[in-house]
Amino acid sequence: MKILRTRTGIEKQVENFLDQVSLSGLIFRQGCEYYLSGKEEDFERKIQEIADCEHKGDDLRRSINEHLYAKTLIPESRGDVMELLENLDSLLDRFKGTLWRFRIEYPEICDEFHYDFKQLINAAIEANEAIVESCRAFFTDISKVSSYLHKVSYWESESDKISIRLQESIFSKKDLRLSHRMQQRDFARSLDKIADRAEDIADRLNIYVIKRNL
Amino acid sequence: MFSFFLSSGLFLGWSLGANDASNVFGTAVGSKMIRFKTAAIYCSLFVILGAVISGAGASHTLGKLGAVNALAGAFLVAFSAALSVYLMTLARFPVSTSQAIVGAIIGWNLFSGSVTDINALTKIVSTWIICPLLSACFAICLYKTTTFVISRFTIRMFRLDLITRYSLLLAGIFGSYALGANNIANVMGVFVPVAPFNHITLLGITFSPAQQLFFLGGVAIAVGVFTYSKRVMMTVGTGIFPLTPVAATVVVWSHSAVLFVFSSQALEAWLQGHGLPTIPLVPVSSSQAIVGAVIGIGLLKGGRGIRWRTVAGITSSWVTTPVIAALACFIFLFFLQNVFQQKTYNPVEFNITQSAMNRLIESELPHTPFEPLMWETYPNGREFSKAIHSAADLTNEQARAILAIAELYEVEFSADLLWELRKGPFTKEQLEILNQLEGRTFQHKWEITSALAEQSDIFKYRPADKQWNSHLDDFFNQLMSQIHR
Repeated sequence: MKILRTRTGIEKQVENFLDQVSLSGLIFRQGCEYYLSGKEEDFERKIQEIADCEHKGDDLRRSINEHLYAKTLIPESRGDVMELLENLDSLLDRFKGTLWRFRIEYPEICDEFHYDFKQLINAAIEANEAIVESCRAFFTDISKVSSYLHKVSYWESESDKISIRLQESIFSKKDLRLSHRMQQRDFARSLDKIADRAEDIADRLNIYVIKRNL
Repeated sequence: MFSFFLSSGLFLGWSLGANDASNVFGTAVGSKMIRFKTAAIYCSLFVILGAVISGAGASHTLGKLGAVNALAGAFLVAFSAALSVYLMTLARFPVSTSQAIVGAIIGWNLFSGSVTDINALTKIVSTWIICPLLSACFAICLYKTTTFVISRFTIRMFRLDLITRYSLLLAGIFGSYALGANNIANVMGVFVPVAPFNHITLLGITFSPAQQLFFLGGVAIAVGVFTYSKRVMMTVGTGIFPLTPVAATVVVWSHSAVLFVFSSQALEAWLQGHGLPTIPLVPVSSSQAIVGAVIGIGLLKGGRGIRWRTVAGITSSWVTTPVIAALACFIFLFFLQNVFQQKTYNPVEFNITQSAMNRLIESELPHTPFEPLMWETYPNGREFSKAIHSAADLTNEQARAILAIAELYEVEFSADLLWELRKGPFTKEQLEILNQLEGRTFQHKWEITSALAEQSDIFKYRPADKQWNSHLDDFFNQLMSQIHR
């Protein structure tokens, strides 16, 4: 029965891709922390790292797609897997995009908001980790998917709460220009959208699980 | 002329290929797992193999129901069945070729005055009911086992899909073989007693006339698969697939196993060898086996998604299809015989001769009530059956035995006849024993078989050896049809 458990080439590729998605989250967190603490050199390094990570992810996804079309998987599952990987790739893009936004706009984040921003980043990363683990389970042991999916929902709702609290704080601070308030609010929203995206993927994943459910 | 009369059988084969191939490969092709061309090649090849290698089993049972003994009659039996299938399909009834052919044979029996063997009919009808039930049971067991294995060994998704894909291809191949073995009797069974073929030896393998007919029928099915099954496959494929790929594979395996069980002589011999009850070899409906398996899985999932209308449709088709086919066959035979002056049957007469009476006494069958009937010739089985039933209370078994004993088959083993028999499919040893009957005359078939049994052990029936006896039956049928020719 060992043959039933051995991994095929495509499985390794999928695992590598999931590693890249998880890694992009970790790089993103570090990058944000360096930005908030004003370590510009380290921040630049993370920008480069996340670009490499995204590039690797794209290459892997293309290769997996080719493999899927060539010979593996039942066509219906193939469509689901490709959609799932595409959605995960968009999450990876979002990490990269948000970090680049910091790099382009250099927003001035008020010190009293740093804590909430860090909390928001943490919720996004946790949601990302949970969705990556759910996907891993989808490919290896489908019965365990649900035990990760609820974590995605939890971190998404945490992210919503922090985001609202943060936006309220931003707009209740008196001595800020409107443009400054709006810029900080946009960054809070942008971070919140990462967890939202993770939850959307979780919803889709749940449907794939039901479809494959025996 | 034979090729013209065979055309109706080939048409029936074509429609079977066009419709039933979708049951075995519909899921795989409809869901684009296997290309149509690949599926059609596998399906055709294995249908032909199944028909030629294992087609004889189910054909025997159909032959017992009624031996259509004239070519024009066989043509109309197959034609009526094909037409009924076509009309029922147009009316969107779930139709089975097996049920249509049985109806058509009964129609021929009614027209020709032959007696329908109630035992064979009961056996056939009971399998129609058992087939979807057995398929459902197979599906439940297989599904349970599969889910257990998947959860026990936590098979990864890619691996599972790969296994499912190959499993579906294998199930399709097995299903095609079983379809050929089981359903070829529907297509060519009625032509077996009237086929004017001789044995052919190719590359050291001898093909009997029945096998040659089955090959032709298999080719007709293959043509049906290539020319018309694609559309049906697409419909079936998308219709069954919502079950999930694993469940769909289980459905195809269950269907194939059921068809195999109802057609495998090897399995029958194995069961008999182990003292287990045997399964009747009867042509069953491939579509109903599929629906049975789907229902089985539906029940396992709590009865959701079972289309009770389809179930009702199947149940009603057990009655409607044979009735329509029987009526159509009767009407066509009437026209062909009376308008086109074609011989649709060779009359079989019955007479309780002195030797028949002696045989009745030897066989410990009721005989005293039949003494007044002695030497009276009856024009057909129905008249004779009526006469013996009015003379005595008989069970079906007894009536069948008396009919077989009283059937007239007058023949003289002249030098000319023995010379002609040399052209037949008989071995040197068999011909030598047949030569020993030179100059003797017989009035009944059983007299010939008894005389041969007296000459040699190779013509003796063996108690509890069904396979040997069936082999011997084949020989005697060939001998009788060769003498008749």
